[in-house]
Order: sequence, then C-alpha cells, then structure tokens
Amino acid sequence: MNVLAIDTSNQAMGVALLKDDEIIGEMVTNIAKNHSVRLMPAVEKLMTEVSLTPDQLDKIVVAKGPGSYTGVRIGLSIAKSMAWALGIPVVGVSSLEVLAYQGRFFDGYVFPFFDARRGLVYTGIYQSQGSRLRLVYEEKNLSMEDALLKLKEDHKKVLCLSPDIIKHKDSIHRVLGDLAIIPEGPFHIANPGFLGLAGLYKEADQTHTLTPNYLRLAEAEAKWLQAQKENK
Amino acid sequence: MSKDTIILGIETSCDETAVAIVKNGTEIISNVVSSQIESHKRFGGVVPEIASRHHVEQMTLVLEQAFDEGQITWNEIDAIAVTEGPGLVGALLVGVNSAKALAFAKQKPLVGVHHIAGHIYANRLEQEFDFPLLALIVSGGHTELVIMKEHGQYEVIGETRDDAAGEAYDKVARMLGLPYPGGPHIDRLAHEGKETIDFPRAWLEDGSYDFSFSGLKSAVINKIHNAKQRGEMLKDEDIAASFQASVVEVLTKKTLRAAKEYKVKQVIVAGGVAANKGLRTALANAFSETDIPLYVPPLSLCTDNAAMIAAAGTINYWNGKRAGLDLNANASLLLK
Ligand SMILES: [Zn+2]
Repeated sequence: MNVLAIDTSNQAMGVALLKDDEIIGEMVTNIAKNHSVRLMPAVEKLMTEVSLTPDQLDKIVVAKGPGSYTGVRIGLSIAKSMAWALGIPVVGVSSLEVLAYQGRFFDGYVFPFFDARRGLVYTGIYQSQGSRLRLVYEEKNLSMEDALLKLKEDHKKVLCLSPDIIKHKDSIHRVLGDLAIIPEGPFHIANPGFLGLAGLYKEADQTHTLTPNYLRLAEAEAKWLQAQKENK
Repeated sequence: MSKDTIILGIETSCDETAVAIVKNGTEIISNVVSSQIESHKRFGGVVPEIASRHHVEQMTLVLEQAFDEGQITWNEIDAIAVTEGPGLVGALLVGVNSAKALAFAKQKPLVGVHHIAGHIYANRLEQEFDFPLLALIVSGGHTELVIMKEHGQYEVIGETRDDAAGEAYDKVARMLGLPYPGGPHIDRLAHEGKETIDFPRAWLEDGSYDFSFSGLKSAVINKIHNAKQRGEMLKDEDIAASFQASVVEVLTKKTLRAAKEYKVKQVIVAGGVAANKGLRTALANAFSETDIPLYVPPLSLCTDNAAMIAAAGTINYWNGKRAGLDLNANASLLLK
C-alpha cells in the first residue's frame, strides 16, 4: 500500500511517502514560508524522486489540525481533492497526535501543544499503550496555566513537545518542576512519517465530511453566540 | 477547432463554493453553486474565516455534483481553471489548492483566472463577443469599465476610487435596517418609491471614467440623521429610489460615454449588481437610442459562479497560458 502523508497545519511543512509501514521518502522544512506555494511542488518532487505516479497512491493521510486555520485548510483541501479525484481513502489525524508520536515510547504523559496566543494552547494528553498512543485527556483549546495545573495533579512524568516550547518553557518548569521533561529541538517538530504511520492504522474518513480539527470557533461565531447568551 | 475543449472551473473567491464544466467556453455542461448566504446573514456580511471554513467543507461535494450533473468523466476534461484572485485570500486558497491537487492527481493542465475576467466571460456563455467591446462590472467588490480589443486582453479604463457600487448598496441597506445582502431589497424598495431627494452624483474630473460612491453613501447617512433630528419623516422607499437613481445615473452615463468614445461593437454588463432591475432598465433605455447592442447575463450568471471561470479559463488555455503547481492565491490580482 502506497501512502502519501501531508502536514501543513503548523510552521513545519511535511510530506512523506510510505510503502505499508516503511518510509520510502520524506521531506520536512521548518521555515516561515508559504505552504500554499510550496506543498504541491514538494509532493510532486518527492513522488518523482521515488518513482511513484499519482494513480499508484492507495491512501492519503493529512494532519487535520489544530494549528494555523489557513495552513490546516491548505492541507485538507489538497488531501480531500486528491483522494476524491483518485478514488482512494483519506484519513485525517490530529496534529497533536502526530507530534505525540515523538514520545511514542515514553513512560508517562506525552504533552504535545501548539501556542494559541493570549496564554492559550491547543493540547491533548497522550500516553503510550502497547503499540498505540492513547488519548488520556481530550484535545482542547485552554489556558496553559490550567493545562499545567491539571497535569500536576496526576504526579506523572510529562514529556513536553511543541514547536512553541521556548515560549512556554518557564511556566512549565515553574508549575511542573521535576515532573517536566523537555527534549531537544528535533523532538518538537512533527514528523510526516509518523503521520503516515498513524493514518495507516486508522479507519478512513468520509472524504466529503472530513473537516479540520480547529478546536476553536471562528471569532465572529464565538462573539455571536456570546451575544445570543447575553440577550436571553 | 477540430476537437471540443472541456474545462473544469473552480471559484471560491468570496462566499460561493462553485464548480462548473464548460465546453468551448460557450456551452455550460454543469454549473453548481453552493451559496453560504444563510451562514453570513446573521453577521450582516461575509465573514472571511467562516467563508473559508465552508469552502473546505463543500469543495469535494460540489465537485462531485458538477461531474454527476454533467455526466462527464475525467478523461474528457482538458484542463482545470481556477480563480486565483482577487478576493478573500483564505477563501481563494481553498479553491487554488484543490485545483492544484486535482491537476496533479489527474495530470491535467492548470490555468489561473482573474475573477473579473470570469464575470466578463459569463456573457460569452450567452452571446459571442464582438470586439472591441466594453464591459461594465458592478458587484460588492468591484465597479469597473473595461475595454477588450480581443479575447483575453483587458484594459481597465475606469474603476472606483473608494467603495464599490455593491458596497454602497449594502451600507445604505444596513442604515435602513434591511437584511443582508441589501442590494436586492434597495432595488425592490426603489421601485415603490419616488426620487424625492437630490443626492450628489460623483462625476469626478472631466472625461474620467472612474467612480466614487463614498460621498453618496455619506450623503444618504447624513440625510437620514438630519431628518431624524428634525423629526422629519422620510420614506425608506424614497431614500432607496433617490439613492439608486444617483448610482444608476452615474453608471449609465459613464458607460454610454465610454461606449461611444471607444466605438465599441458591444456593451456587456457583469457582476452581482447587474441583477439590479433599476440598472438594467436604465442601461437598456440609454442604449436603445444607439446602435450598440447591450447584453446583460441572466441572473444566475451575474452572481459568482464557476461557469464564468471555466469560460474565461478556456481562452487562457487556448492562449497557452499555464499555471504551475506553485500557483498561489492573490487577493489583489490585477486585471491585465
Ligand atoms: Zn464576483
């Protein structure tokens, strides 16, 4: 089975090609440059490199967020349209789960997060269980402070993974103390090979109904709902 | 042309997710538009983030419907045309990236299309072009006069310096407490009212084909405020009629003058405001006194759709224009 995995949900842009559970090609950049311009050429280049044509693909796996709203939509637009046109299944995997794969053999909590501005983060807590990652606490958009306090209650070692780790290092140490483990640079960047692997074991989504995992309402929508509440 | 050219068109520049299949740039095979108006109504206008969210949810559904309704297979498609701009960048990105993915998956040529070129080419789905022609494009985002001497060549001779005509309509409608989108409501009210207020007409410098509607918009707002303060009763119908009279007169006179000066063989109207009855009637009257034929597309082709993008894209395709997989959305793309 030939699997194409794409991730444009955050700054790191990743493309991977897998033959079953083996990586045959992978490309990652971690620069602040336009995913819309660069993703399709990257897919084309990687496929040419490994001598695969689009009609030889059997499955597409896409990181469905959370992350940049626009970035997530670029990935989903491409994955859904390609899967639909080729008549092959598409699987959306949470971008947090993909990042959590970097702690796949960690004994304790794996704490992937993305900065969501104003003291907020997108996060979910994962734990290694047999050959899988299990979601312990559901994915949410919440304040970093609340997330850390909640983690502290469980007295478990916490592996912190995030492309925005530098911004939150101090508060992590302050709240979690010795419980926190913060690895070095490369661990904080999602790996598209792991995205492909995660998607390999998941049931396919319905191509038409696969939607981004925003974890947050559009601002206008949230304000509108708030106004409705206040009017009652 | 020995063989037919069949183009798949994709349009997501604002709040319509649209896909169409068009033959030879003149014949619609299928034309599917998924409108989001209902979702934006409660916000009183299009919210870009919400529009983008809808596009990504609708795209493959609309694609499938276009192929089903057209009874077309991928083998028959010659190229994919997509709106690359102008428009809302987040919304455009969904269409552009979907189009690129399709082009790569099916190994088809990709063609970028300017949204306004699309509006102009909506007319060719009804009536063959005769050059030189003059196009008046009026919508929520645009008010432009464009001269075309041949296919795919555009010369913008006039454009708005501030608000687009449709924008002025929406703002005045909001002042009158009319629901979004306000244009059709003003048009309806205008027909029930009389032109009792003499609102300004912005002619600008002598000979200019540019437009300006922000002064008119302010004049309407001031008039309503002042009347309220004096306890004077103004009928909404009369405000609508007076406002519309100003917009329509400027649009009509400038279009007529340009048509004569450039000695065009055809005048075509495009864009959402082309659906406005007041404007249609005034233009029809003005041009009935000339020997220049005037064409206004049917309502379904005035508003945003993908058939017009496929139609304009057909010309680009014939002219050998191709976009690469690095095609990007361009919110402020110029018409050239
Ligand atoms: Zn338009």
